[in-house]
Amino acid sequence: MSENRHIIPVWFFVGVLFVIYGVLILISGLVHWSHPAQGVELANLHAPVWWGALLIVLGTIYCAKYYPRSET
Amino acid sequence: MIAMMALAAPTTLVHLSGVDLIIIAIYFLLVLGIGFYLKKFAKTGEDFFLAGREMTAWVAGLAFVSANLGSLELLGWAGNAYQYGIMAAHWYWIGAIPAMVFLGLVMMPFYYISKTHSVPGYLKLRYGTEASALSAVTFAFMTILMSGVNMYAMAVVMEVVLGWNLHFSIIVSSLTVGVYVAAGGLFSAIFNEVLQFFLIWFGALLIPILGLIETGGWSGMVARIHERFPGQDFTHMWGPMSSASNNPMGVHWIAIVFGLGASVSMGYWTTDFLVVQRVLSAKDVRSAKLAPIIGSFFKMAVPLIVILPGLLGRAVLPFHLVPGNQAGPGQFKFDDVLPLMLARYCGPGLLGLGITALVAGFMAGMAGNVSAFATVWTYDLYRPYIRKDATDTHYVSMGRWCTIIGLVVSIGTAYLVQYNKSMMDYVQALFGFFIAPLFGTVVIGMLWKRVSRMGGFLGLLAGVITSVTVFMLMKFVPSTVKVFAFSPLAQPLAQAMWQALWATVTCVVVTVLVTLVTKPKPDEELRGLVYALTEVPREEHTNWLHRPVIWGVAALAILVVIQIIFW
Repeated sequence: MSENRHIIPVWFFVGVLFVIYGVLILISGLVHWSHPAQGVELANLHAPVWWGALLIVLGTIYCAKYYPRSET
Repeated sequence: MIAMMALAAPTTLVHLSGVDLIIIAIYFLLVLGIGFYLKKFAKTGEDFFLAGREMTAWVAGLAFVSANLGSLELLGWAGNAYQYGIMAAHWYWIGAIPAMVFLGLVMMPFYYISKTHSVPGYLKLRYGTEASALSAVTFAFMTILMSGVNMYAMAVVMEVVLGWNLHFSIIVSSLTVGVYVAAGGLFSAIFNEVLQFFLIWFGALLIPILGLIETGGWSGMVARIHERFPGQDFTHMWGPMSSASNNPMGVHWIAIVFGLGASVSMGYWTTDFLVVQRVLSAKDVRSAKLAPIIGSFFKMAVPLIVILPGLLGRAVLPFHLVPGNQAGPGQFKFDDVLPLMLARYCGPGLLGLGITALVAGFMAGMAGNVSAFATVWTYDLYRPYIRKDATDTHYVSMGRWCTIIGLVVSIGTAYLVQYNKSMMDYVQALFGFFIAPLFGTVVIGMLWKRVSRMGGFLGLLAGVITSVTVFMLMKFVPSTVKVFAFSPLAQPLAQAMWQALWATVTCVVVTVLVTLVTKPKPDEELRGLVYALTEVPREEHTNWLHRPVIWGVAALAILVVIQIIFW
């Protein structure tokens, strides 16, 4: 998209958001690893940890692939 | 802002932690930043109103499907799934996929080749000012009313779910949307719709994953539902529809196929400018044809994060939800099922992601409404009837002001709705009056070059009048439900389908009859607008993997398989 005017692709913004959210969610999951939040079902599966990690991986792929490079 | 958000009442559905609030705040900062960044690219009318017509099929397709993936829709359909079972998925499958494929393969070439900027713009080229003005005025008026209704609904949801102050939600969301849409126009709206699409998927997908783990898979979930609600069928789509009395919706399969599939959804997905505008931003005809088809595959998957959580709610929630108008203190209503399921499985961090997805959905819905309103007002009303010969810069400036004025009117509408709740139902019904007959007018005009100027206009008018009349009669004279919906048991959703079917049929019949006794438009005025006089670019030299027709057929085939699986 928008190659003609070199607008940063929307996918790059998606990647940035995923990396930031992934880090926050992963850290939150690790903090609550031994003291899961009360009232949350299946907390023993530690969903925030692997979901946060997944977001970081996907976000990094998007950031790397769509990083706005200068015109050559 | 964060401090105000944190002032949640103690009796809310979910409670946010610090990390959740940070996640929400980051989203607001990012969308505002994107809006300011895109401002420098939205200089001409083509940029501001049609995102420069340079979007790829993927971006246009995701924005197309995302414009309809608002939070009210998510909460409402998850609630409908709890109430009616998997039958609610008809609105995502037969009620969307054929129409999206039809838009891509049949209608999009005409919209795109005619170089129109809007659906009323196409009507002006095809029929003339009468049909175009009727469509533009009603669309602009109702879009802005809908934006206000959505704004109010969002504020109520945020108040009930999170305990946020009503005025706070209205003002912060409208200010944010106003800033980023006024700055970047459709560029901003589309960028945020794509972001919202990913947020909604990754914010809600954990609910079905963890829900199915808890219930032991699909069969475990079905067994639990049968155990808790014996004698009721919530897990079959077509089986209970052989008669209106066999299902809680009171609907017969004919209403689903012809009312929903052939009228309501065709009207919405192919002529509602709010969604069509996203596809018009595509960079070429092939991308414009592919965009709605790409969108159809994602639309087909949405029941995973909307319908399945509703069904899982039936299986796992330890209490029963009730209709909204019957919910007493301490009781939850059907539409609360999605936030309840979110709170059930998501702790700090994940909860913030889920709530951000809901907020993003609401804001993207508002942005969609105001950007479509700004386009129709500027190009279909202001330019032809108020100021014909202004510069392009003037029209862009008008578009920016329209965005702000549209939001101010929306805020006014939101407060009006607060004092007159029944207005909400009427505004939503009002929107439905025009959509189904408009499809009849547009499609018959595209496929039959003989249709005359007055045929199109009077057909549309007759369809709208029929729609209003049928709605009023069924609402205020209940005995007529049996006449128009062929069953006294038809619920409002089923009634709306029959109402749309009557309106479409009337529109087409009147259009044909008037056309036969009036003079057709000359061929030279119809080139690029109708099937017989338009050279649609052929794709025989395109790699088969890139051909829209291949993917359109694949989408329809998958749709059929899904229907058989959940029959």
